[in-house]
Amino acid sequence: MPLEEDELIRKRQRERSRVLAILLGLFVVLMFAITIAKMSVNR
Amino acid sequence: MTSAPLTHGDSLPADWRDLLALTKPRVMSLVVFTGLCGLLAAPGPVHPVLGFAAVLCIALGAGAAGALNQWYEADLDAKMKRTANRPLPAGRMSRQTALHFGVGLAVFSVILMDLAANHLAAAVLAISILFYVLVYTVWLKRRTAQNIVIGGAAGAFPPLIGWAAVTGDVSTLPILLFAIIFLWTPPHFWALSLFVRTDYANAGVPMMPVVAGIESTRRQILVYTLPMIAAAVAPWLLDLTGWVYGIFSVILSAIFLVLAFQVFANKASEPKAMGPEKRLFAFSIVYLFGLFAALVVDRWLI
Repeated sequence: MPLEEDELIRKRQRERSRVLAILLGLFVVLMFAITIAKMSVNR
Repeated sequence: MTSAPLTHGDSLPADWRDLLALTKPRVMSLVVFTGLCGLLAAPGPVHPVLGFAAVLCIALGAGAAGALNQWYEADLDAKMKRTANRPLPAGRMSRQTALHFGVGLAVFSVILMDLAANHLAAAVLAISILFYVLVYTVWLKRRTAQNIVIGGAAGAFPPLIGWAAVTGDVSTLPILLFAIIFLWTPPHFWALSLFVRTDYANAGVPMMPVVAGIESTRRQILVYTLPMIAAAVAPWLLDLTGWVYGIFSVILSAIFLVLAFQVFANKASEPKAMGPEKRLFAFSIVYLFGLFAALVVDRWLI
């Protein structure tokens, strides 16, 4: 595999990992907020 | 269906921006807006977090349907100027990545809707995704000029989902909101397909102007505009909304009708001379935004 293509693959993997980490973090926050909201609605 | 030409897409991991483009963000904006309006027009309170989660699920579901649509139509998209630079036909992503992304997003959106709202909203969301992908994309689009007429139902579900997320049921008003978008879709897309018909013809998509001709399409735009207007003013006539919605629906519908008449009267066959068609297409988007905005203003401010 050419060096340039290898670098491009690593770059895209890094970017996607960052985006995925951010989305997972937001998902955790959203699930927490949904749980609290459901508890307050059902109370 | 044939495979789209793939270059880098086979070996390189997809760029996250291309995954985002796969969800058709511009189409999603109208879907999110009508879904949000359905949610806000529903009677009864909704917790802001749960309302936000429901609208997010509608957006994710629409994105998933868009991704699966592009996965299936990669060969068609490659033949049309308007769509040739999408991630799949341009060879920036493998078809398998698009399929996995679309299916994953669809399942995720339905499960999250079930957790945040209720079973009915999740079920209607699942039906809308399946309808768009299986009934419209796979079954109708390449087979019949009526593809937009029946397939239009897929885009009409969001206000129904928004309403169901709040109330847990479906009543007359959300069904009328569904009917408005369902009947709005043919004039909207046929106006577009008149001035890009060469693209559709080259790709072999049996859109109305390609199959039935320009004159017939113009006549059918006018014919479909009449029941659409009836559905648009019905919530006011049935006393389901107030005077703000009533005034807006009458004014906007009158403008729509005038533009549809101008399209009907136009005899041009070259896209450059299709000013009335372009004006109707542009106004049809304003029309839908205006109607649903008036519905929410009517519900919350009056």
